[in-house]
Amino acid sequence: MAADKPVLGISNLHAGIDDTPILRGIELEIPAGEIHAIMGRNGSGKTTTANIIMGHPDFEVTDGGVQLDGENLLDMEPWERARAGVFLSFQYPQAVPGLQVGNFLRKSVAAIRGEDEAKGAEFRKKLKDAMIELDIDRSFLGRYVNDGFSGGEKKRFEILQLMLLQPKLAILDETDSGLDIDGIRTVAKGINAAVRGTDSGALIITHYSRILEHVQPDRVHVLIKGRIVKSGGPELALELEERGYDWLEEEANPPNGNMEG
Amino acid sequence: MAAKEAREAVGEYKAGWHDPENATIRFDFGLSEQVVRDISALKNEPDWMTEIRVKAFHHFENRPMPTWGNMSMLEEIDFDSICYYLRSSDATEKDWEDVPENIRDTFDKLGIPEAEQKWLSGVTAQYESEAVYHSIREDLEQQGVIFLDMDSGLKEYPELVKKWFCSVVPYQDNKFSALNTAVWSGGSFIYVPKGVHVEMPVQAYFRINAKNMGQFERTLIIADEGSSIHYVEGCTAPTYSTDSLHSAVVELIALPGAHIRYSTVQNWSANVYNLVTKRGIAHENAKIEWVDGNIGSKLTMKYPAVILKGEGSHAEVISVAYSGKGQHQDAGAKIHHLASNTTSKILSKSISKDGGRGSYRGMVSVSPKAENCKLNVVCDALILDDGSRSDTYPTMEVANPSARCEHEASVSKVSDEQLFYLMSRGHSEEEALAMIVNGFFEPFTRELPMEYAVELNKLMALEMEGSIG
Repeated sequence: MAADKPVLGISNLHAGIDDTPILRGIELEIPAGEIHAIMGRNGSGKTTTANIIMGHPDFEVTDGGVQLDGENLLDMEPWERARAGVFLSFQYPQAVPGLQVGNFLRKSVAAIRGEDEAKGAEFRKKLKDAMIELDIDRSFLGRYVNDGFSGGEKKRFEILQLMLLQPKLAILDETDSGLDIDGIRTVAKGINAAVRGTDSGALIITHYSRILEHVQPDRVHVLIKGRIVKSGGPELALELEERGYDWLEEEANPPNGNMEG
Repeated sequence: MAAKEAREAVGEYKAGWHDPENATIRFDFGLSEQVVRDISALKNEPDWMTEIRVKAFHHFENRPMPTWGNMSMLEEIDFDSICYYLRSSDATEKDWEDVPENIRDTFDKLGIPEAEQKWLSGVTAQYESEAVYHSIREDLEQQGVIFLDMDSGLKEYPELVKKWFCSVVPYQDNKFSALNTAVWSGGSFIYVPKGVHVEMPVQAYFRINAKNMGQFERTLIIADEGSSIHYVEGCTAPTYSTDSLHSAVVELIALPGAHIRYSTVQNWSANVYNLVTKRGIAHENAKIEWVDGNIGSKLTMKYPAVILKGEGSHAEVISVAYSGKGQHQDAGAKIHHLASNTTSKILSKSISKDGGRGSYRGMVSVSPKAENCKLNVVCDALILDDGSRSDTYPTMEVANPSARCEHEASVSKVSDEQLFYLMSRGHSEEEALAMIVNGFFEPFTRELPMEYAVELNKLMALEMEGSIG
């Protein structure tokens, strides 16, 4: 993998919904093998960033670019992005009654990694190992996708998909919310296994630092009102935990500061 | 959008081809008492059958059209431009090799001989008015199981047929049961002796080939005490610009402790009227299940019914209906609890798309003398776009206060968030929609033999093709 091409490259990204701007010039690069975190309050644009990378049809990109391994993502449909290697672990995974988990996993692996990867003993072993790793019971395969799942089951199922789909870029949107400490530890194991020591990258979106105690990020970015106002090492997450976001908001919008476009 | 145009140009219906018409006998268009008498004479039937046909014909003539379902579509039926009897092969063969080549090719394409080898106990294949192929596994024959086309049943077992024919669905039941009784041809006759369990399903396949054809098969299944059988039927027809009419009558008799399961996947082309009367009588501790899939046709009006006559008997009707462009599926179920401790379950699932219309029409009744009955009705509708329609017409008449009734109904739409979730896992919008639709139908498909379930899922995936745009 060429070192000069990051797994994810976002430049000057402006986007919004129904003419309301949400993202106002995001710059972000995640090199291969790194885990970055975006932190920010509710409404700062974190989930919008995730949705735009995945290609949610409700959002409109008005300026800027998003690249995966140097390839422009914005012209692709969501499923093309998935096949190119983008994975989004949803904050609110959707239920599909009647669609069995096992069947869905096999079809998704076939769509993204190819038919050959989705059959035979090797696939079954991978599936079994991942389920053991995530402490998921075998009976899970016969249930319907996210139908009647508890909050924790939904999150574990997202990580199970992450481990099987082996994306180049994993985006984890509030994966820690709704999980107890054991759940966070388990899920963190899954994320580390999927990214560390690989060519992949991950973007963890969260407003607590809890999960970051178990998945050590290489970089932490603070998003305020659609812009990254500060970036730093893992220590920044701890600082946010202590000090909150107010001091950064003041830095981002100093009382006499210039308001640019 | 390109996909949509392509679909409309090619046509998504995969069974819409037709063979050259090689009729050995073909009646003129239109219906009269003479036509009815000619059919009976041609079949060399006993007088009682001729008489009942003629009576039924007069009843049909005088009976007004139903006042439910889709009255404007019903009014469009031109009974004078239908062919009421057409024979394409002079014999019902026991070996596919002896079936005329064109016809054999058609059933090959439909996968019938292959299915027969793999997982069926017996097959009857009807083409136009007559069965062209028929077989039953020897071991079943040795156990005394009778599985014949209806015409042969009448010839070989006239007393049995006379006893039960019209006993469950009298010709006076409705206009189309009268029509069927007047001009019936083909269908299946089955008798399962006491205590015999037919392990693998038997299948009937109905194919219309000619234009403006009327197909009126008649099926009678008698399961004697403590026996069981699973009957599966499928149907297709070519796509024509003019309409055909399929009007069957099916009568089931489950004697004490017997179990009959009757599964249908109806995939008529969009120019076929499908107006069918299906009803069973369940005696003490017997069980009747209708598993009914309606995918094709122009207008279907069909409400599989069970009369729970014996104490402790049980009825289930599980149905799905898919209504696409120009289609109306008016389907449902009827269950009458006449005896105590009887139980019933209705599960109805309907999907409408591209302006299609789905209706659930159901009737469940409990008679005053029937104590401790349990009824459960669930109907779910999924609407895929704004121009499509779904209606529910449930009726419950409960005349005994000890009955326990449950009724649930839901109408839902596919949400953008659901589609986005599935697309984010590498599935195109069409594939995602097919996954949601097949999931919605899953409670039905899991009741079908696996081969049928796979086929139904494929069919639904085809229906979803080009549906996004």
